[in-house]
Order: sequence, then structure tokens, then C-alpha cells
Amino acid sequence: MTLFKEFTKGFIKENPVFVMALGLCPTLAVTSSVVNAIGMGLAATFVLVFSNIFISLIKNLIPSKIRIPAFIVVIASFVTIVDMVMHAYLPAIHKSLGLFIPLIVVNCIILGRAEAFASKNNVFRSILDGLGMGLGFTLALVVISGIREVLGAGQFLGYNVFSAEYTPFIKMKIPFLHYLIKAKEEIIFAISTKGLTPPFYTLNKIKNTMEFQPMLVAILAPGAFIVMGLLMSLMNLSKKRKN
Amino acid sequence: MEFVGKILFMAVMAVFVQNFVLMRFLGLCPYIGVSKKLDSALGMGMAVIFVMTMASTFTWLIHTYLLVPLHIEFLQTIAFILTIASLVQLVEMVIQKTAPALYKALGVFLPLITTNCAVLGVAILNIQSEYSFIFAILNGLFGGIGFSLVLILMAGIRERLERAELPASMRGMPIAMIVAGSMALAFLGFSGLKF
Repeated sequence: MTLFKEFTKGFIKENPVFVMALGLCPTLAVTSSVVNAIGMGLAATFVLVFSNIFISLIKNLIPSKIRIPAFIVVIASFVTIVDMVMHAYLPAIHKSLGLFIPLIVVNCIILGRAEAFASKNNVFRSILDGLGMGLGFTLALVVISGIREVLGAGQFLGYNVFSAEYTPFIKMKIPFLHYLIKAKEEIIFAISTKGLTPPFYTLNKIKNTMEFQPMLVAILAPGAFIVMGLLMSLMNLSKKRKN
Repeated sequence: MEFVGKILFMAVMAVFVQNFVLMRFLGLCPYIGVSKKLDSALGMGMAVIFVMTMASTFTWLIHTYLLVPLHIEFLQTIAFILTIASLVQLVEMVIQKTAPALYKALGVFLPLITTNCAVLGVAILNIQSEYSFIFAILNGLFGGIGFSLVLILMAGIRERLERAELPASMRGMPIAMIVAGSMALAFLGFSGLKF
């Protein structure tokens, strides 16, 4: 395999989240906002690259019987480094990721790459593999969190995508039905007060009432599962179409 | 009486309100991976309850009597994952020698549990929430029960889904995710519980 392919295979073709379904816990837990997703993705990429380098360097020294515990210790050391560095320099993200930073240790992607790739390949290839897989993981996290944040909060990276005045629904409503009812009320109001219905006026009113209202459920726990399920089925569909 | 009330409160919190799988997203890999059959879900559930309780006990002891006196709390992650890994190995060997029948039922699942984030998660949560020894153990036990409950419910649903007519792209993982989402929606209802 060429070096370039070694690097890019993690993005789409062997994407750790969408294709191999590894590392689901952090994927679902931290994707309620894009900032968290990027923080988590980069932290995991750092651990992945450095554990790959280290394991690839010492692969001939580790007896094969105890290799898994040895890998875990290496990974846990780098996770501790990430944990302390983030605590010192990025306290806000560290706080919102919370438990999931130490839990990078048990992320199957990292142990999986150590076992399947770094323990069999040289250092340079392991770096490329770690970097590619880590960025693929980050990409998947950003896609999922982008969908969830836009739907659930009407924001992307903290900036309002739609309009500033709207607050999230507290209960999940069916948005479209809501718009229709509101539009109908407006039309009736227009007819009763003005006595006539100029088409432009009505259309404008409907357009105004149909502005986006976020549904909070997308950034709550159920939204994570549902968005993930829909994305996975989309991946299946596109794979089928290619064949 | 107050003590019993506290325990009951903790049980409801850990099993329903802050369910490890559906609300905290811990232990999703076995939740999706081992929920295809009811029998294996039962086995996995029992193994997780056992290991989570044991892990809570030992990690609490190690944190309080080893890491804190030596001022090496920053080694928490490494110490805990090593404790859990060796604990699982030990449990596996002990069960294999003493109770072959139990080993036959749980054996396959035990190695998988080392990388189950619910186990490491409960150990770290116990320390973060500053639980006392008894409550740390109970938190592990109830967390395990909550995990097993949703795992077994999920297995029941997925066994039925096998016979349902689904679009090809939704089969397997995607529909499991959507079902999990609906379950999480139902469990979200518990978060309104007031005591």
C-alpha cells in the first residue's frame, strides 16, 4: 500500500466510527456540541499517534503473551499526559468532556490500531496510520455533532445558524405541524382584522412563522442514538449503491 | 432508616435516572455487540454486575490506601485499568477452577469486560463523587444491574426484530441504534422523578 493511501484510508474507506463501528461510547457521549467533538477527536488523535509510535518502536521487545497489558499501559500513560495538559491549558473543554478523557484508555480504536497495525509495521507507517485514523475519528465526530448541534440548538460551533430570537423547545413537538397551526392562526387573524387576504402578505406571514425552531431532543441522549443510527443506514445505502 | 432511604435513592438513580448505557453512554460496545441473543445477554449482564461490583471495591481501596497516601493521584487512570485487567484475569482463573458450570456460562464474556468502559467509568465516578466505601460498592452493583436491565430488554427487542421486515440498509446496527434511541427517550422520562 502506498504511503498516501496508508494516511487517507481512515477518512472514508476504513473510517473507525461509520465503517468499523469502534469507539461508540465517546462518539455518542461527546457529540452534543462541535467544540467538544473537536476536543475529543484531537485528544484521541494525539494518543493514537504517540501510542502507535511507541508500540511500533518496542514491538520486538514485548513477549507476545503479555502484549495486550503492555499496550494498555502505554496507552494509559499517553492518556494521562493528555488529561493533565488539557486540564492545564483547556480547562473548559476538559470540564465538559469530563469522564471521557480518562476513558480514552478503553477506546477500542486505539487498542485496535496498536494490535492490528503498529505491532506489525515500522514507525513511519504507524505514524501515518495513527494520524489518518485519528483524523477520520475526528471527522466522524464533527459530522455527528454538527447535525446534532444544528438540529438541537440551532447553532454551529456556538454561532447561530438560523435566527437569534428562538429558544429551544423544551418538549419534543412535531415542528412541521406546529408551523402549520401557527400559519393558519396568522391567516385567520389577517382575514379577520383586514377583511381581505392579499397573497403577498399571507405568504410573508407563513414564511416568517416557518422559521427554524430547534428540537432539544437532538442534543439529549436519545438524539445521539437516533442520529447515529440514521447515519449508519445512510452509509449502508451508499455502499450498496456503489456495488 | 435514613441509611436505607439513601441506598434506595442511589438504586433508583443508578438503575433508571442515570442509567449507565442510555444516559451516560458507558458500555455501548457490549450493549450493541452482545444483545443479539437473550441467553448471551443474560450471561454478559451477570458477568458485568459481578465485575463492576468487584472493580468498585478494589479501585476504591487502591485509591484510598495507595494513591492518596503516596500523593500519586495522577496515576489514577493507569492504576485503575491495571487493577481491572488483573482482576478480570484473576476472576476468570478462580471461576474456572472452582465453578466450571459458571465459567461455561460467563467465560466467553470475561475477557471482553476489560475494555468495557462502564467498569472503568464506575471506578472513576466513585472517586469523583467522593463516595464512601459502602456506597462505592453499591454504586458498582446498581450500575451493573442497570446495565443488565437495558441489555436484556434490548436483546428481547432484537430477537423479535430478526423476523421483522426491514429495509436492507437498516438491518443490524442502524436499527439497533434507533431502538436504543427510543429506549433512551423512555428512560428520559425518569429524569423527572422527584424525591
